[in-house]
Amino acid sequence: MSARIATQGRLIDRSKPITFTFNGKRLHGLQGDTLASALLANDQMLVGRSYKYHRPRGILASGAEEPNALMGLGEGGKFEPNQRATTTELYDGLTARSQNHWPSLEFDVGQVNAALSRFFPAGFYYKTFMWPKSFWEKVYEPVIRQAAGLGAVPKERDADTYEYFYAFTDILVIGGGVAGLQAAKAAAQTGAKVLVLEQTPHWGGRAPVDGGTVDGEPVEAFVERTVAELSAMENVTLRTRAMGAGVYDHGYALGYERLTDHAPLLAGPRHRLWRIRAKRIITATGAIERTLSFAGNDIPGVMLASAMRDYVVNYGVAPGQRVVIATNNDDAYRTAIALKQAGIEVLRVLDARNSGGGDLMRQAHEMGIRIDCGRAIARVKGAKRVTGVSVCAHDGEGGALEEVACDAVAMSGGWSPVVHLWSHCGGKLIWDETQAHFRPDPNRPPTGADGEGFVVPAGAANGELMLDAVLSDADAAGKLAAKAIGFKPKRGKVPQGAGPEEAPMMPVWLMPARATTALRNKAFLDYQNDVKVSDVQLAAQEGYESVEHTKRYTTLGMATDQGKIANINGLAILADSLNAPIPQVGTTTFRPPYTPISMGAIAGEARGEIFQPLRRTPMHDWHDENGADWEPVGHWRRPYAYVRPGESVHDAVMREVKNTREKLGLLDASTLGKLIVKGRDAGKFLDMLYTNMMSTLKPGKCRYGLMCSENGFLIDDGVVARIDEDTFLCHTTTGGADRIHAHMEEWLQCEWWDWQVYVANVTEQFAQIAVVGPNARKLLEKLGGMDVSKDALPFMEWRDGQLAGFDVRVYRISFSGELSYEIAVPACRGRAFWDLLLKEGAEFGVMPYGTEALHIMRAEKGFIMIGDETDGTVIPQDLGLHWAISKKKDDYLGKRAQQRSHMTDPNRWKLVGLETLDGSVLPDGAYAVAEGVNENGQRNVQGRVTSTYFSPTLGRGIAMGLVLHGPDRMGEVLEFPGTDGKAFKAKIVSPVFYDKDGEKQNV
Amino acid sequence: MLILQCPYCGIDAEETELAPGGEAHLKRHGPGSSDEDFHDYLFARENPRGVHFERWRHANGCGKWFHAARDTATLEVFGTYPAQTTEPPKEIRDAITARRPGWRWREFS
Ligand SMILES: [Zn+2]
Repeated sequence: MSARIATQGRLIDRSKPITFTFNGKRLHGLQGDTLASALLANDQMLVGRSYKYHRPRGILASGAEEPNALMGLGEGGKFEPNQRATTTELYDGLTARSQNHWPSLEFDVGQVNAALSRFFPAGFYYKTFMWPKSFWEKVYEPVIRQAAGLGAVPKERDADTYEYFYAFTDILVIGGGVAGLQAAKAAAQTGAKVLVLEQTPHWGGRAPVDGGTVDGEPVEAFVERTVAELSAMENVTLRTRAMGAGVYDHGYALGYERLTDHAPLLAGPRHRLWRIRAKRIITATGAIERTLSFAGNDIPGVMLASAMRDYVVNYGVAPGQRVVIATNNDDAYRTAIALKQAGIEVLRVLDARNSGGGDLMRQAHEMGIRIDCGRAIARVKGAKRVTGVSVCAHDGEGGALEEVACDAVAMSGGWSPVVHLWSHCGGKLIWDETQAHFRPDPNRPPTGADGEGFVVPAGAANGELMLDAVLSDADAAGKLAAKAIGFKPKRGKVPQGAGPEEAPMMPVWLMPARATTALRNKAFLDYQNDVKVSDVQLAAQEGYESVEHTKRYTTLGMATDQGKIANINGLAILADSLNAPIPQVGTTTFRPPYTPISMGAIAGEARGEIFQPLRRTPMHDWHDENGADWEPVGHWRRPYAYVRPGESVHDAVMREVKNTREKLGLLDASTLGKLIVKGRDAGKFLDMLYTNMMSTLKPGKCRYGLMCSENGFLIDDGVVARIDEDTFLCHTTTGGADRIHAHMEEWLQCEWWDWQVYVANVTEQFAQIAVVGPNARKLLEKLGGMDVSKDALPFMEWRDGQLAGFDVRVYRISFSGELSYEIAVPACRGRAFWDLLLKEGAEFGVMPYGTEALHIMRAEKGFIMIGDETDGTVIPQDLGLHWAISKKKDDYLGKRAQQRSHMTDPNRWKLVGLETLDGSVLPDGAYAVAEGVNENGQRNVQGRVTSTYFSPTLGRGIAMGLVLHGPDRMGEVLEFPGTDGKAFKAKIVSPVFYDKDGEKQNV
Repeated sequence: MLILQCPYCGIDAEETELAPGGEAHLKRHGPGSSDEDFHDYLFARENPRGVHFERWRHANGCGKWFHAARDTATLEVFGTYPAQTTEPPKEIRDAITARRPGWRWREFS
């Protein structure tokens, strides 16, 4: 059993007990514990179930590499799934739940998967569940979704806040172990600005547990002294609980600081995302111990040797009382010694090497620990916890020589540098034969804008595993990084580390070396995804030679592992199966983040009200106070309708249309884009931008224009007014203003840069109000001022003048088919003018109308709407807009494209009106079906609905759509199946439903 | 997250300040061009591993379009220059030659 012991525990405070719950059970821990150490202190060795087979799993590691102990933490709005118990600091009241089990952790029906494991080999998702096709949606997918997957998705709105933090530094050091600290010091002493991020709450990394001396004093003292020195330096910033999450182009890096995870009652944001620009980045990210692949290496109680001594030394917790240790290197003897010193029985050290190890082995031997060389674990026995091991010769098939009863197993397969951050931005790796690991290739670093490497690895992350080498390597890294960006390193004494001599490790990829199939079937490589030695071998046998393919086929190293625990062992097995050297097989791609970061941190402050900037017209507040049902349009909010008490939104829309057609409506049209195009060549420029001729437009007149991309597709439309010989005002769609402004700038700057034209976006400088309906002129005449008669201001012209003392520009344009004036006033006068129109218009029955009434009225008139009738694949010719395409012009953007064979194909769907036979409203986006079915068994189609409304004017549903040969098929009836089984029948008609001759707008 | 210097305002602009515009130095083909020329103008793009010329706009800055010569594999930037040119200026080509002797890109070298 695992339990708290009376001695050791350098990180815990025994005077400060803490209460927490695990799966509803009240447990006790101590200040300084991690959730993992506290669970072990309570003999909670079973902490979760695996992903595929639902096997019982215990704590394997003590840090970020933990694959098993993933928990759901907190409740309600503070719930977070998939949190590692090993990196979760314990606090009073913490609630944790284990994952991947149903109905309970102790009794899990999913474990039946394990009994059927021979039916779940590598690639089982690909091989199984293929037929019959109809089973996917109803049977396979729901079952898989229930059984697989990690933690549950939070159901409540996140109660915490998050923030971004921008940092600029000369040098970023990722990792606060002895290497990171020494590198930071060496760099900072040159005067460079240094930022150090350490993912845990403690400085020094593994060194205080692993031991050794620096300049004659214990390494822990060196750590304390160096942190104190760095803290005192003004050019150094130190951050704990801050992980270097990713390294990106040109020295960009992301840091993930966990501010209140350990103390939820603290005020302030929970996480902070550091967005860092550094001239050089030092990765002092340490190394991760590898597992050994023997049968039963996943049973709770089997643990990495380094993690086991962490629990003893750091937290005063014994992961077992009677321990067997298996190793292929000297480091595991540190665990044997630490356990023995803590009074834990070490039954055996099984050293796969025939000749054993160096100084540490001798020391362990002198302490009376039994050491068997050339020995291995054949299999671990137990289910929910270890009960014993079978010992065998390592160089054999696993025939048991001895059975040893024990309650915990420590294993060490050697160490792999954490090369993730080095690799994120393209740093390459080399294979180190002696240590059997990949480490950064100094000749192929990630490069920056100047072509020089901008990441410098240091210490264990660079493959240096001995204390002395770690310190000298880190010192050199700090100086190198500073020198590269123009700082002068001082020649100073490099701290001298000292530790025991170590014998060479021996690569062990399978234990025992020639393990039988039955044993390989229980030897796990990837704990989280349940990938075994036999799965990788099967993948190789089936022809998966690329490591990237094998990864996806077997799921090795996927999900949260990302090449931490599963990586090298899996590659080695694959290489062995392919008879290829490991470096030739290579590694999978390391992608950021190093460990998962919260979605909250990624979103930062951008949520709720401030998710994105909100643009408001000068009349926004009036709309808000008068029942506006808001509709987002670009970054604007526009009233969809003004809903009165007792009315539904639909009622309001119907009322607004009717009132505008019969009396008088007001529309806030301020969001329409307004671009001033000015200069000697303005006319020539607009002739290139619009399909129709703008240069012939006379000052004082307006013309509707279409704009296409160079691909020929319609991108925007609007009314152009010629202000004077050199000046045009181009109206764009609400969403199009910024885009079309950029479009104009692009062509002016990049193609016609010698043309004398300037463009200014004055959208927000003017409030624009459409005064629409039969009473429109009466209202303007009542206001008094300029002449707004038909003769003085005819349809499709504009005038500057005054109305009721307001400076106005009045356009006689109409998007509704009614008598209509669009009146622009300076933005600061917008609200006052709006208020005046409402007051003076009362006697004429004035009512504001929203975007839905606008849409209905334009559809009744057969006017197209960009984004409804167009979707980026529609050309003006499809919409019957030939009249707006100049035949006189040699060129305009899109003209050449519109001559391509597909664009002139007579089978392109064309715009028509659609009228349901029973007067109902067609579903938006519905397809008109044709005879026969396509190769997927779906009905053939011959058209689709682009806009559809109930027209209060006509008292029936009206629609527009694109239909094959549509304009030639007037009167034909098409069938439109709905999604609810109902089929709609609609007749092809002209798209102009109302006032076909345009008499109403031209009065 | 590249950093490119805007040749107009001189600012070392973060990628978030910039809008990408695809390949630089395309020659526009309009009415009267052959189907093949027009097709290539619309769709045929270089996709090199190495030296490349791109258009960028300092969209959240001075608003100007400019060109960047850079290495797509190493992210090295050889230089930026105004967009009002049909070919890379000599100093840019020399800067590339200094780092990548023998480079070729479309008709330039
Ligand atoms: Zn600029």
